[in-house]
Amino acid sequence: MAQVIVVTSGKGGVGKTTSSAAFATGLAQAGKKTVVIDFDVGLRNLDLIMGVERRVVFDIVNVITGEAKLSQALIRDKRVESLSILPASQTRDKDALTKEGVATIIEELSKEFDYILCDSPAGIEKGALLALYFADQAIVVTNPEVSSVRDSDRILGVLQSRSKRAEEKKEPVKEHLLVTRYDPVRVERGEMLKLDDIQEILRIPLLGVVPESESVLKASNTGNPVILDAESQAGQAYKDAVARFLGDDRPMRFTDSEKKGFLSRLFGGRAA
Amino acid sequence: MSWLKLFRGKQAEMPQTATAAKERLQIVLAHERIGRQGEDFLPKLQKEIVELVARHVSIDPGRVNISLERGGDLSTLAIAVELPGPEPVRRAS
Repeated sequence: MAQVIVVTSGKGGVGKTTSSAAFATGLAQAGKKTVVIDFDVGLRNLDLIMGVERRVVFDIVNVITGEAKLSQALIRDKRVESLSILPASQTRDKDALTKEGVATIIEELSKEFDYILCDSPAGIEKGALLALYFADQAIVVTNPEVSSVRDSDRILGVLQSRSKRAEEKKEPVKEHLLVTRYDPVRVERGEMLKLDDIQEILRIPLLGVVPESESVLKASNTGNPVILDAESQAGQAYKDAVARFLGDDRPMRFTDSEKKGFLSRLFGGRAA
Repeated sequence: MSWLKLFRGKQAEMPQTATAAKERLQIVLAHERIGRQGEDFLPKLQKEIVELVARHVSIDPGRVNISLERGGDLSTLAIAVELPGPEPVRRAS
């Protein structure tokens, strides 16, 4: 039976799709058969971040309405074997996504894959609710910023009350905190919420910390999930997070500001 | 910008805005979390109050009314427990 993981946050623009793409790629790199589904119907973007936008023929709504078979809509990744992408539709309205339709797709995917990642849209509307409904585990993506932390708390409440597991009074959805866009230098200056503070407020286990990094934008520019950039701190942080998810015990990195040398202090500059 | 910092004292009294962020979050979330559990805790609260009161006075569990009203700034929890009239005088055995 596959594990269904929702990547969610409540707030938009915190890095859900970047994290979904990185995480799915990382799981596949670890040899797990992984599929990542874009639930953002009307505003699909996972295809761009994954660099498969020109290979989209059918999408999740086509599968739900029966216009295409699931196997026709799935896009196999060319970089990492055992990774597939199921794109969202770009034009249809959100009502095209139904609970029954999603249930059928997840059931069918469960036969073939180890992990089913659901990239949630922002908000707590239908698309977001459907993305988390079938989840066994949740990766809550949070920025060190008040509105993001508040929305994460809200979405945790939704996970605990409106997921399938909650409705059926089963073991609750396993929650993981993924802090992204963390800037240790600003934290040290007292300008940004500390990791400890975010954890203290949200009270869920920490899966990883991804530092603010220029490589994330570079990765999305070219459609390569940032985890494939092994040189970058963000890529390494995602690799660590995937390893932890799979049971490895790895210390957190990139959470303290490095002591800068004289030259870099003089000229500034940011982490790669 | 960054070369200027060399001349500034270390951490020249900058306001620690992160502390304000944490405090504001803790307050707003404490409030929002209560609202979220609203439907769930009332039945349990009612049961426990009935048990507690029944330890001291005999009451009819059906005649206990608990209601919670939420307002913007003020929420009220009203608990009404109907107590039975004076017990009939017991005959000496």
